[in-house]
Amino acid sequence: MASTDIVRRMLPVPRVLPTEEARDLIALVREIADEQLLPQVDEAEAQARFPREIFTMLGHSGLLSLPYAEEFGGGGQPYEVYLQAVEEIARGWMSVAVGVSVHSLTAFPMATSGTREQQEQWLHGMLSGDQLGAYGLSEPQAGSDVASIRTRAVRDGDDYVLTGTKSWISHAGHADYYTVFARTSDDGGRGLSCFHVPAGTEGLTFAEPERKMGLHCDTVGEVIFDGVRLPASHRVGAEGQGMPLALAALDAGRLGIAAAATGLAQRALEVATGYAGEREQFGRPVASNQGLAFLLADMAAAVGSARAAYLHAARLKDAGLPHSQECSIAKLVATDAAMRVTTDAVQVLGGYGYTTDFPVERLMREAKVTQIFEGTNQIQRVVISRHLLS
Amino acid sequence: MNIVVCVKYVPDAQGDRAFEADHTTDREAVDGLLSELDEYAVEEALKIVEAGEGEVTVLTMGPEDAATAVKKSLQMGADKGVHVLDDAIAGSDSVATSLILAEAIRKIGDVDLVLTGLASTDGVMSVVPAMLAERLGMPQVTFASELTVEDGSVTIRRDNEAFSETVEASLPAVVSVTDQINEPRYPSFKGIMAAKKKPVETWGLADLGVDVAHVGLGASWTMVTDTQARPPREAGQVVTDEGQGGEALAQFLADRRLA
Repeated sequence: MASTDIVRRMLPVPRVLPTEEARDLIALVREIADEQLLPQVDEAEAQARFPREIFTMLGHSGLLSLPYAEEFGGGGQPYEVYLQAVEEIARGWMSVAVGVSVHSLTAFPMATSGTREQQEQWLHGMLSGDQLGAYGLSEPQAGSDVASIRTRAVRDGDDYVLTGTKSWISHAGHADYYTVFARTSDDGGRGLSCFHVPAGTEGLTFAEPERKMGLHCDTVGEVIFDGVRLPASHRVGAEGQGMPLALAALDAGRLGIAAAATGLAQRALEVATGYAGEREQFGRPVASNQGLAFLLADMAAAVGSARAAYLHAARLKDAGLPHSQECSIAKLVATDAAMRVTTDAVQVLGGYGYTTDFPVERLMREAKVTQIFEGTNQIQRVVISRHLLS
Repeated sequence: MNIVVCVKYVPDAQGDRAFEADHTTDREAVDGLLSELDEYAVEEALKIVEAGEGEVTVLTMGPEDAATAVKKSLQMGADKGVHVLDDAIAGSDSVATSLILAEAIRKIGDVDLVLTGLASTDGVMSVVPAMLAERLGMPQVTFASELTVEDGSVTIRRDNEAFSETVEASLPAVVSVTDQINEPRYPSFKGIMAAKKKPVETWGLADLGVDVAHVGLGASWTMVTDTQARPPREAGQVVTDEGQGGEALAQFLADRRLA
């Protein structure tokens, strides 16, 4: 069985893109995915190696700043285009796509609420990829319940002193800066503020990375703030304005994960389709059995639905229309699709699918977390039903 | 330092090649792209100009889609493009190609260095640089794996199996580069945006003063008379290592005179 031919198989993805530069951009991302991501992903994931150089390369290609304004060095692209780039990156390497989505979030408070001086000092490095970011929102007991954050930032003269623990932080220990939400008063959701914490600040330490089921190249772990002293000029936005900043970024983050899950599912579909066309049993390709062909058809339908769902939400967002419900629908639909499609891809490959000789078992392990992070799919249902019933 | 890089639009080597009835390449059947070997020439030109000053002009000839090769080069960072587009060009062999490119380079004018790739990934002849140098009356230094430009001359390293040569030529000169010379950059999104505003001129054969009787399939000195698909790859030989694996591998290579 020529496994390399099968895993290299590509399926065309017809896309409606708004401009010629957007078409060229997606072609560039596909080229980078085929030449740089797909050839490395299996070995790197097996070794759990954090691919810092990939983020540098993506940054230099302008792929870490697509949704941000050109005046800050961003690509000035609508979400509709940015997310399709994320999807293509995920098709090549899911950990990297998740990293791109997380990194994009880290720049959001600075780009939307930073002062001109802060933006001049930090934003260019964030958007060029020279600086890789981590997003410090979750805590051991504050996952979906953001308002229960306990990490404290206490004002001391011209400084703040941060104490507490953030958990599930992507790029922990690898990032150049941490966009952190901490409590500046006990006033619930109105007591949170956002801070820019450069790596290397005294008192900032990291626990051992989590040992996860998948996404091994996405290093995730606890970030510990033990009396981290920051000048007040590192506070992003007004004191007490952290919660609205965190919530505003949530919709964008959910769309990033929806797009990444779609790319992951697309990859599983490609491998399964390639295998089913070549694997012969009883003298003919297994794909000639309608039972299996229909499985592939359902997988394709799920991938198409996932793509349609995130693009619909993105186009609403780009048009300035309400989109929170649609972001949750997209996150729910795309990540459930990724779980089902990757599971079925393992089924299509049979015993081979259960081995590490083919990538589908890895894709299945990677899909699971998409139903959990960036708001569990149960939380998405809460959001959707509240919109329905409000 | 004004550099002209000759680039070719070729069928994607990853795709299945097909041929027309006259054995010329069927360009409809496969998506085309900038020949990967030409990306090294574009990259080298950009590096030379970035380290000093000057301008990089990319030159291609071919059907309308060949503008894609110019666009990609401009996205990588070249300053301007020239596309020689004329129905009469179709089927031109390397001799006719070198005539058209030479006249286009003359028309571009004030050129210090002409760079090309190692070969096109479709024709794979590697003869156009030499023909181009002859027609332009410039020295040719080919297969450069390292290149430096200084004080009106270009010095290259050419690697052979047993030794490396250092060759120097006075400028202007024609230099072909190998895929060992650098690592071509990807375009950046900024490069994609910037390329939209860069000038691309489209010239016909009349603009170059080239007589249509000297180009095209009819005027070509050589003709492809037959094409055959390569037979499918045969199954490989599996060596099971039972302590003699190393010997079996060495024997395998020795039998084929590979070691």
